Amino acid sequence: MTAAVPSLSLRAKSTNARVRPYVFGALGLVLLALVWEAYKAVGPAEGVMIGDITVLPRTSDIAMPHLWTMWERLGEPVTSAAGSPALWFAVLQAAGFTLGIAAVGWLVGVSVGMLLAIVMQRFRTAESALLPWVVLSQTVPLIAIAPLVKRWGAQIEVGAFDWEDWMSVALIASYLAFFPVSIGALRGLGSPDKAHLELMHSYAAGWWSTLLRLRLPASVPYLLPALRLAAANAVIGTVVAEVSIGLRGGVGRMMVEFASAASGDPAKPWAPIFGAVLVGLIAAGVVIVLGLFVGRYRRGEVSA
Amino acid sequence: MNAVEVTGVSKVFRVAKGAEVVALDSVSLSVVPGEFVSLIGPSGCGKSTLLRLIADLDQPTAGEVLVFGKSARQARIDQDYGIAFQQAGLLPWRTVTGNIELPLELHGVGKAARRARAQDLLALVGLSDFADRYPDQLSGGMQQRVAIARSLAESPELLLMDEPFGALDEMTRERMQTELVRICAETGAAVVFVTHSIPEAVYLSSRVVVMSPRPGRIQEVVTVGLGSAGTRDDALREDAAFFASVKAVREALHGDAVHEKAPHSVRGVETR
Amino acid sequence: MSATSGSRSASPLTRGFSSGSLRAVTAPILLGVVVLLLWQVAVVLLDIKPFVLPSPVNIGTQFASSFDSVWAGTVVTGTNAFVGLLLGAVTGILAAIAAALVRVFDELSVPIVTAAAVIPIVALAPVLYTMFGANVETARQLVAALAVFIPVYLNTLKGLRQVRPVHRDLMRAYAASPWQATRTVTLPGAMPFLFTGLRIASSLAVISALIAEYFGGPVGGLGKSITSAAASSNYPLAYAYVLGSILLGLVFYAVTLAFEKLASRHSSSTP
Repeated sequence: MTAAVPSLSLRAKSTNARVRPYVFGALGLVLLALVWEAYKAVGPAEGVMIGDITVLPRTSDIAMPHLWTMWERLGEPVTSAAGSPALWFAVLQAAGFTLGIAAVGWLVGVSVGMLLAIVMQRFRTAESALLPWVVLSQTVPLIAIAPLVKRWGAQIEVGAFDWEDWMSVALIASYLAFFPVSIGALRGLGSPDKAHLELMHSYAAGWWSTLLRLRLPASVPYLLPALRLAAANAVIGTVVAEVSIGLRGGVGRMMVEFASAASGDPAKPWAPIFGAVLVGLIAAGVVIVLGLFVGRYRRGEVSA
Repeated sequence: MNAVEVTGVSKVFRVAKGAEVVALDSVSLSVVPGEFVSLIGPSGCGKSTLLRLIADLDQPTAGEVLVFGKSARQARIDQDYGIAFQQAGLLPWRTVTGNIELPLELHGVGKAARRARAQDLLALVGLSDFADRYPDQLSGGMQQRVAIARSLAESPELLLMDEPFGALDEMTRERMQTELVRICAETGAAVVFVTHSIPEAVYLSSRVVVMSPRPGRIQEVVTVGLGSAGTRDDALREDAAFFASVKAVREALHGDAVHEKAPHSVRGVETR
Repeated sequence: MSATSGSRSASPLTRGFSSGSLRAVTAPILLGVVVLLLWQVAVVLLDIKPFVLPSPVNIGTQFASSFDSVWAGTVVTGTNAFVGLLLGAVTGILAAIAAALVRVFDELSVPIVTAAAVIPIVALAPVLYTMFGANVETARQLVAALAVFIPVYLNTLKGLRQVRPVHRDLMRAYAASPWQATRTVTLPGAMPFLFTGLRIASSLAVISALIAEYFGGPVGGLGKSITSAAASSNYPLAYAYVLGSILLGLVFYAVTLAFEKLASRHSSSTP
């Protein structure tokens, strides 16, 4: 056997290894679709009951529409009224609206989270006082107040500035977004090696230049997953707040509206769900792209 | 004026529950300009602590540390010394050049001047071809050379080095020592060098300060008469005088000082 | 949310041991008291209407006077969250073990799990109500279970893959069978990760069960109670329900945290 043969097969294997995750990933999605259709085909119409608890869903066309029905429904108009836009178009519009609010919420949340982390990093007392509350604030379902924030809209008015409902939604989104950022940033800001900190100290560098040149760059690897989590949280917060505040225009409200039409048009409620999935994927994707621009801050130092 | 003047310095660390650890017990030491002094001793003897006091990374519990006649703190603020640690401590997101420029950047040196200085230093440590690499693309020895270049960035009259070659393999280590001797000869800086390698201390130094632990004290100062920095080369490592000094330091370290004079070394107990 | 408290290793040399731990307890309590006081004072002095923000005292009295209905709502939502947590955790752990053992299973599930981690799971609530019936709690429990599944699965899988090379080599040197290696090294090593996942999941279970109520389904839970109290402009009552849900979330968190502490007494490496 010549030496060329193993090296050739090695190369073939490496190509295989690169393609493999995509092939299997796609297979996984196909499998999920097959499970859906297979259960729909063989499962009982009233679902599988144990006692009076439905453990497996009903398989009627109303409860579980065919995947192709959902797909076809996207191409049809939203309602039978004349001039009604195609469903996919309406969903995309709503998704854009939701994405916009989530983006505002994300930005506000990230700013607040960063600021909190920097304050906690700077003052140890602030850290002891704030951190438990920051952790606590996310372990409790404070999002429950979403329906109550609605009333703020009519009440807050400063000069020409009117508090609008979408701001309440963004506020809820930012509340969910700030936590991972503040925790991730606090960890990241505290992550530089002792040697690096002492080096800065030996340079007589002040707190501010240490922050700019050492702590912030060092926090990037911690910050990126936190920002991605914050994006996902902001989307969840936006969708939920749209529902509970009753803000029209986004996918959240659309879900509730279309769900009431489910009995006559069972494929319709799935459309805004696809919209919400899309918003979540785009939000996470944007942060991943953002991460590509700061690649050099993610280099690990190979210790000597 | 001495580069470093340590007078009756003690350092006590308070650990949990009120217990105290005496890291240094009334230590005195002088380093004259251009002199290479090594601190050697078993772990816990306070050699690193002494270096950190000189660098103003820690403050002494008692006694006084003067660097070029100023307080250690003022010397740090005036950037009278350069420092290198056991870990290269390069910022991973900066290129080699960016890392060397860091201290200059912090102290407001203009961009063009920084670049020029970094180029000079890279030539000095023989890394000109690696100016735009990132630290993770360098070997451990190269990283440490960058760290030394960085410590020289502001042309300090004093270099503080805390086991800078401690994590390197023996071959790289000897090469780095030879280079350090050459660099010191070229820059004329005084050096305080912490190490736990006897041959390293002897090869590099004009004086080796032998320390003993619990409490950290200077046990003995061995003067190594191996010629000026400019004349030291690899041949010296096999020289009889080199071995004699190694023997002297080893005996001082083990505390069973034999009272016979090694041919080329002078031994004297530093006053406390 | 894989983040835990960002505790920095404080050197006892630089920070007094007792004064540090004292501050860790008193500082947050002090801050909490100050904020409550400021809130009370602000509501009274600025004459803030209850429908904007009731005062803490107002909420407290309302909570006490309508404790029975708050408790009833807490039981409904708490049961949903608990069923969801149990269901999601068990399937999450089993799926993680399967993924760690069978590579194909892992590869098939990667895109689905990655996507599920970033999309709003609660969006499935409306169709789940249609699939399982809008007059039972199953849909809410499933939403909670799905939300729980993801962090438990991801963290457990991470833990199962975290075997330290030195331990693996040791097992190999002992000629241990795969099962012995799994039992003695892999599983114990994964426990801290599993509990981190559970702790995150416990909060998500309550939050998901609660907000699923905003998307429809039967009345009785805390979420529905908040909306109906708000709809009838009884804002202090709505906030009393909010307080109830906060306490419910705290209980879930504290219990899983206690389990975590119990399980990780001897492990030096917490994720």
